[in-house]
Amino acid sequence: MQFTFFHLMPYRPLDMAERHKHKAAWVVLPNTLYDPKKGADEYESYINQLVYAEKLGFDVIAVNEHHQTAYGIMPAPNLIAANLIARTTKAKIAIIGRALPLVNNPINIAEEFAMLDNLSRGRIITGFVRGIGNEYHSTGINPSFSHERYQEAHDLIVQAWTKPGPTSFEGEHFNVRYVNIWPRPYQTPHPQIWIPSMGSSETVKWAAAPERKYPFLVTFSSRELVTRYLNVYREQAKQYGYEASPDQVGWASPVYVADTDERARKEAKEGIETLFNDFLAVPFQMLLPPGYMSLPSMKNTMRMRKALGAQKRLTMEELAESGTVIVGSPQTVRDQLAKQRDDTRAGKLITMLQFGTLSDELTKRNMEMFASEVMPHLRN
Amino acid sequence: MPGTETKHKVRDVNVRMLRGGSGPPLLFLHGANGLPVWLPVFELLSKQFEVFVPEHPGFGTSDNPGWMRNIGDLAMYYLDFLDEFGPHEVHVVGQSLGGWAAAEAAVRNCSRIKTLSLLGPAGIRIKGMPSGDNFIWSPEEAVRNLYHNQAIPDQILAVQPTDDQADILLTNRFATAKFGWEPRWYNPSLERWLHRITVPTLIVWGKEDKLFPSAYAARWGERIPGSRVGIVPECGHVPAVEKPEIAAKEIIRLYAGTR
Repeated sequence: MQFTFFHLMPYRPLDMAERHKHKAAWVVLPNTLYDPKKGADEYESYINQLVYAEKLGFDVIAVNEHHQTAYGIMPAPNLIAANLIARTTKAKIAIIGRALPLVNNPINIAEEFAMLDNLSRGRIITGFVRGIGNEYHSTGINPSFSHERYQEAHDLIVQAWTKPGPTSFEGEHFNVRYVNIWPRPYQTPHPQIWIPSMGSSETVKWAAAPERKYPFLVTFSSRELVTRYLNVYREQAKQYGYEASPDQVGWASPVYVADTDERARKEAKEGIETLFNDFLAVPFQMLLPPGYMSLPSMKNTMRMRKALGAQKRLTMEELAESGTVIVGSPQTVRDQLAKQRDDTRAGKLITMLQFGTLSDELTKRNMEMFASEVMPHLRN
Repeated sequence: MPGTETKHKVRDVNVRMLRGGSGPPLLFLHGANGLPVWLPVFELLSKQFEVFVPEHPGFGTSDNPGWMRNIGDLAMYYLDFLDEFGPHEVHVVGQSLGGWAAAEAAVRNCSRIKTLSLLGPAGIRIKGMPSGDNFIWSPEEAVRNLYHNQAIPDQILAVQPTDDQADILLTNRFATAKFGWEPRWYNPSLERWLHRITVPTLIVWGKEDKLFPSAYAARWGERIPGSRVGIVPECGHVPAVEKPEIAAKEIIRLYAGTR
């Protein structure tokens, strides 16, 4: 297996009582709740954790993009990636991902990734996402055209990376007469593109297509859904006439390891529950603006929501039970991860070893335990 | 007498349409929440007019053509629609999003329009006076914020929509976002060309409108030569629903002035 240490960079000093006076930790949460001195400490801690992950033997260290939220203070993940390039030597650096529809000139994304790829001499992995629904509120981009903009931006970026320039690009949303980026990417034909996803069938079909074969990563989902979506991807690959390799499938999950199950659950509880309930949870009209999902998918989602009734606070125990988070002793964590790997033949595991308000001290211990007690057992 | 439901075809697009009454033709363009039923205001208007209320393409059970991408497309669709009528024959009324579409059509071509009535129309922006963000309102806020008299939302919210009704609400929300998400509820070019509306025009606005502040009414009035502005007290964003007698009376008065 290939192991990734992934960071969201949540703003841990958030005053949770204040947070709950507002609809969400996104879009409308007043930024007066952000203290720059504490924020600077957060960046320092988190970058140190990413650098340390390379020393512990992780193959990939990874960051991602979110806007106007305490959930993740990385609106410009490439800035962090540039810093990591200077402080590491061999780990791959993944930016999974950039939210393509949210920009008005995707050439900027092509250029920045190409720069990072040169600066790192080919250590960059990219991820292409659409952004969370909340970000269509905070950027003003029309969610009605989210899918179209994503497709076009993808095509434009790959063209910029691969077609000898100058070329031109003619789209509905993006029109560029001179596509001719300097620098070109270091890697040939271009850095890998990973597709983190909540499992939408349109995305699976697109990512698995033979001309792409993009690694597909299911995020924040229960054991059952991870298995289902990854098998849908495998099935789709078969329909295209090939067998998906383990490298092409993976999943992302918060993981916490301690000596015993009991200790692990006790130490992880606050971090897990703040992640899901305080940082991530938002009202549905923020999360799912019209057009973000296709109309048929949205109709189904609304019916499921109606059946579920009012949303309550998720507990760590429930999340661990469903396998959305993996928490326990080294043996427990090894067993659960091995089972998920064997059920899906997934070759990529994206670990989130810092989550929610989890402290520096516990994060460090968690990383060390995972690297020494879990990773070696799952390597092959 | 309730209106009858029909299908109406313009070129290759089929829409659901309610119609009723007799007299000169009146085209009513509905707002973002769509066209659920034959409203009391249609009943009042149908005593003077033959009322046509099409459900916009993309809304409810009407066709959703792929080319319908912005408010200009909706306006051009209604210019095609109006081509079936004679010169200066049709009284056009538009509520909110429908008022925006009507104004966009009228600046392009007034030749089929007899009078124009805009009820709390979207379409222009006054800096420093932003619209309410109805895309982020909760479902309850989205109903409550449209009305001044809270007995109306009380009644609406007391009824749980069926799955089919919920699907239609969602369809309408999708259609609306295409037109109104960005720029939020306006076309930067429209205000400049409002002088091209040369038919008798009425602007009606609920004084307590929480979506588009009633101060917008005066700006519309200034930009459309000879237009009349009516502010309806104790009324929210939807005068046609909240004050149907006043809305109908104003529209009929405008018509009477042209006879």
